[in-house]
Amino acid sequence: MKEQTLFVAQRLSAAVLAPLVIVHVGLILLAVEGGLTAEEILARTRGNVAWAAFYLVFVAAAAVHAPIGMRNILREWTRLDWPAIDSLAALLFVLLLGLGMSAVFAVF
Amino acid sequence: MSTSTNPAGEQETATLAVRIWRGGEQGRWAEYRVAARENQTVLDVVTEVQRTHEPSLAYRFACRVGVCGSCAMTVNGQPRWTCRTHVRKVTGSGTLVIEPLRNLPRIKDLVCDLEPFIDTWQKAGATFKGGRTRHEPPHRVDPDSPARKRADAALQCINCAVCYSACDVVHWNRSYVGPAALNRAWTLMNDVRHVKRAETFDRAFGRDGCGSCHSQGNCVRFCPVELNPAGSIAGLKRMAFTGTEIRDDG
Ligand code: SF4
Ligand code: SF4
Ligand code: FES
Repeated sequence: MKEQTLFVAQRLSAAVLAPLVIVHVGLILLAVEGGLTAEEILARTRGNVAWAAFYLVFVAAAAVHAPIGMRNILREWTRLDWPAIDSLAALLFVLLLGLGMSAVFAVF
Repeated sequence: MSTSTNPAGEQETATLAVRIWRGGEQGRWAEYRVAARENQTVLDVVTEVQRTHEPSLAYRFACRVGVCGSCAMTVNGQPRWTCRTHVRKVTGSGTLVIEPLRNLPRIKDLVCDLEPFIDTWQKAGATFKGGRTRHEPPHRVDPDSPARKRADAALQCINCAVCYSACDVVHWNRSYVGPAALNRAWTLMNDVRHVKRAETFDRAFGRDGCGSCHSQGNCVRFCPVELNPAGSIAGLKRMAFTGTEIRDDG
């Protein structure tokens, strides 16, 4: 993939992530007030299409954003060459996407 | 020359302590004392050491007036053009410490190998390619056009490698093309006469290209002719979104 495409993808995914992170963190603060149990969480998320969609977008944006940033960090801080770095970034992408989606579906 | 009178009534000449790197990658610090003058540049001091103490001291300079870009060294930890840097400005009353530029292989004493720096120009696609022959009329370049103004603002680079030496990303990743080459690529992206704009952009945005820049501006802080390579790189990054000017024509 072209560097230019990755660069734009990382910036756009950051723009998507920013408001989602604020909602996500705000939600946690609100939800845990007075304690929180697994049943309470599941009661809110089970069958809730809106929350599932919200977190699917969140997971997708994070899975795009993080590996691209990781590439630069690995390039600066390790002696790995680009093929190795790209493989690790692809692995991270698959991992984040897979784990994130399974988490969303687990509570849906 | 500044002098003072000691209690015995004898005239004393003030001196300046200078520490200079001798050798290549492996080497040692050597200490010298030269006369402290009201007005002396770092390059004056190096020349005085070479003429009066150390004839084998290797260093580079040519114009001595801030035009050629060949005299850059690391002075008290910071990259500077030595012919235009006054000693008092960098030392206060302390020792003057001079070593070669950072991020480049050391050859001997204050001379470093500039080849990796020069190679970045090619790597970043910063090579002009005109499209017209001598039989065609030359391009008319409107000096007031926005593109020309952008190019003009970035044009006066003296290739001194001060920014390359100041850049931490270059320090971590020697494959990064660095500020000067990308600044040059930016001028070409704003040059209507340059027919290889798509290629220049692809190279400037290639691996270890402008996407690696952290935008923190060490290059801007130290560029002796006050260019803004970080701004040029930001311009290239904006082009990645807008796609403007990324086309080959002539
Ligand atoms: S702004 Fe970019 S090019 Fe300039 S010193 Fe920082 S990382 Fe290097
Ligand atoms: S941009 Fe400035 S610091 Fe960098 S090489 Fe050109 S003149 Fe020197
Ligand atoms: S000797 Fe030419 S710029 Fe310093």
